[in-house]
Amino acid sequence: MNDNFDFDVCVIGAGVVGCAAAMMLGRYELSVCVVERAEDVCSGTSKANSAIVHAGYDAKPGTLKARMNVRGAAMIRELSRTLDFSYRENGSLVLCFDEKDMPKLNELYERGIKNGVEGLRILTGEEVRRLEPAVSDKAVAALLAPTAGIVCPFGMTVAFAENAAANGVEFRRLTTVTGVERRGEGFTVKTDRGDITSRFIVNAAGVYSDVIHNMICENKLHITPRRGEYVLLDKQTGELVSHTVFQLPGAYGKGVLVTPTVHGNLLVGPSAEDCGDPEDTETTAEGTASVKQRALLSVPSVPYNMTITGFAGLRAHEDGDDFIIGESAPGFFDAAGIESPGLTSAPAIGEYIAELIAKKADARPRENAVTERRGIPRVSELPAEERSRLIKEDPAYGVIVCRCENVSEGEIVAAIRRNPGAVSLDGVKRRVRQGMGRCQAGFCTPAAAAILSRELGIPMEEVRKNIPGSELIKERI
Amino acid sequence: MTQHDIIIIGGGPAGLAAAIAARKAGIGDVLILERDDKLGGILNQCIHNGFGLHTFGAELTGPEYAERYSDQVEELGIPYKLRTIVADVSENREVTYVNSTEGVVTVKAGAIVLAMGCRERPRGALGLPGYRPAGIFTAGTAQRLMNVEGYSVGKKVFILGSGDIGLIMARRMTLEGAQVCCVAELMPYSGGLNRNIVQCLRDFNIPLLLSHTVTKIHGKYRVEGVTVSQVDGNRRPIPGTEEFYECDTLLLSCGLLPENELSRQAGVGIDRVTGGPVVDDSLMTDIPGVFACGNVLHVHDLVDYVSEEASRAGEHAARFVKGSVPEGREIRLEGSGGVRYTVPQLIRPDTMADSVVVRFRVADVYRDKSIAVYYDGVRVQKRKKRIMAPGEMEQITIRKDGFAASVPEKITVTVED
Repeated sequence: MNDNFDFDVCVIGAGVVGCAAAMMLGRYELSVCVVERAEDVCSGTSKANSAIVHAGYDAKPGTLKARMNVRGAAMIRELSRTLDFSYRENGSLVLCFDEKDMPKLNELYERGIKNGVEGLRILTGEEVRRLEPAVSDKAVAALLAPTAGIVCPFGMTVAFAENAAANGVEFRRLTTVTGVERRGEGFTVKTDRGDITSRFIVNAAGVYSDVIHNMICENKLHITPRRGEYVLLDKQTGELVSHTVFQLPGAYGKGVLVTPTVHGNLLVGPSAEDCGDPEDTETTAEGTASVKQRALLSVPSVPYNMTITGFAGLRAHEDGDDFIIGESAPGFFDAAGIESPGLTSAPAIGEYIAELIAKKADARPRENAVTERRGIPRVSELPAEERSRLIKEDPAYGVIVCRCENVSEGEIVAAIRRNPGAVSLDGVKRRVRQGMGRCQAGFCTPAAAAILSRELGIPMEEVRKNIPGSELIKERI
Repeated sequence: MTQHDIIIIGGGPAGLAAAIAARKAGIGDVLILERDDKLGGILNQCIHNGFGLHTFGAELTGPEYAERYSDQVEELGIPYKLRTIVADVSENREVTYVNSTEGVVTVKAGAIVLAMGCRERPRGALGLPGYRPAGIFTAGTAQRLMNVEGYSVGKKVFILGSGDIGLIMARRMTLEGAQVCCVAELMPYSGGLNRNIVQCLRDFNIPLLLSHTVTKIHGKYRVEGVTVSQVDGNRRPIPGTEEFYECDTLLLSCGLLPENELSRQAGVGIDRVTGGPVVDDSLMTDIPGVFACGNVLHVHDLVDYVSEEASRAGEHAARFVKGSVPEGREIRLEGSGGVRYTVPQLIRPDTMADSVVVRFRVADVYRDKSIAVYYDGVRVQKRKKRIMAPGEMEQITIRKDGFAASVPEKITVTVED
């Protein structure tokens, strides 16, 4: 479109929102690059959240949040098929523990109706427990939203990124934006790996989206990183509840959820703690204890002795409490302040921004754009015959590296060879779940590191958990 | 569907000893399925000595001990499959395995011996607060990286947990030039063998902090240090006792867990204390023809006991295949008063051997106490012990002729004055 710039669009940030925007932009005749500070996509907020597809009753009708949530949920349902990532419509319950709070539950119901959420129902306490026997006797009623779902946030983000790459989007990882300057009709994006010029910018920098925004826009933004701690339990516990069980915000606070994950674990969380440091993803004894305690209000029998890990994520909370999406300065498009329901809204945000930019750039839809993608086969889930056939084609699919999650060498190799492929242990883990099981990578770390070393052509000493500085081993003996 | 007389799941010390015993008991068709690329299991990474004192009267290294068994497997011509993972075991003794040459194969077994071993408790299960940087390893993972792959995992090491692998790694890393700051143990006593405390810590002046734990891991990308706190009688950190240790590596040696995913899939009943199958005196689980031995049954202190136990499992599996099924009346065994569990949990007096060894661990350190055995509340054995500790297994023997007059419903093993 424009010969004076390296790219038509530079997307800053390869989280789920940046990747969704890149994917949707890639479906137009536009040249696009994505810059990402970390070594891989899905390395910030997108990797550590509740992994929920919200039905859409939370957001105030008429807000961007409400619109993006409802549209996003519908898109994920469809995209999970065309782009082959794990998603399950398991439905959600919002538990009410006090008759006095019934008006609030009814308000959620009304809001959902206004937002266009289908199938909403208010259940009595007994109906809830018939549906979910593990739910506490203290629940007096609940809002059932059958269209809510659970998704693999890593799988979805990677699917968006791969689909973007299939339509020519270029990913530049381990690239930190240090400044943004005007350059004629467009911009110069300054990075630690050289300048990139583009006609448009999409700011999807997550907890740093205020920093990027403030580099170019007059009206300043302020993002507060809000930390949420989670506890993840063994797959033996994943059937304790089948719905995502929320708590109606009440006197005891905002409430935490208990949910199965799409891979069959049980997830409990999050806490909510504002912190000044956009890197502060540490877990705390107090935060973990509080999350565990509060979850017992909903489901008193959560077996915490089956915990396999805990983690913390940061939401990008903007002072105005709504998403900031749109053209904040000529040619500069924000997707900022994307906190819950950000994961759900991501594809809708990407679609919306891509439409705005395509219109402004007068870009046509890409001819023969790739709109489908196959994920890496989960060999252990294939029927025996199909699995045998795959192993015959490529014997690496017959070598199980991660025994807890049953991940084969073939899957790990595929994760590395994809575009954009895994370059770190965390990248492999998020793509194929090696090391995500109950032994938490105890047994399979040496083998996975050796495969990364071999496939990337780097010595073992350079195999990293994630970014430089996170090397696994010190030296050869 | 192909049929084998006995299928052994796991080619570590337990699986090898079971296979050899079964073959020697006259079963020709024994097959070992092993997930790693060689036989021997975890022994292959245990390059220190101290193995085999009871069995061979010699101090062998782990690989040497394993070799004594794998050599016999070769000599006896017992077939085995390497890099072969068992995907499923069914109640009617069908075993589905996967490897790169055959794909997915389901075979039928006359008897199955479960010998899958155990795994280490990871950081996540311990709930250690802080960041999640590189440089946190379970002791066994670090041992493998060091002794098998040939890489050093760190220069300045803090070790949490005083299990045997952690103690061994404290010495190993010191010998490779790393500085081991300290070993911290949550409990007021060590979980490891006394000889390892002496030989691996004291001989190298490595301090052991009892009743301490890590309360924060520092470093966003690589471990930079740990905060360590003293704990009270309820194992809760005591505020004000925090101390910072600078280190680039945190090793965890905080307990081993029998790896019973396949057993559970098959529907085998699991003992909540051991984490392993509930077995009778023939080491048979509650699924007829499915036996268990080694660390998948309960975590052992010495490999010699694993080998001995596994040989018995192999012999009993052979007997089962030949049609001699453990059956008849059942006597329940249980630990009480400081005895945490017993293995076996059940004795069948009608089909039991002349004597049965019952192994167990105690819940605390006991000095000058006795182990007593009661048949339906009547004491029949009492033996003085100078010292008993949770890190070391204890045993008693139950004799068949003791049931000549009457068969009790319950046998209780206890610690008393």
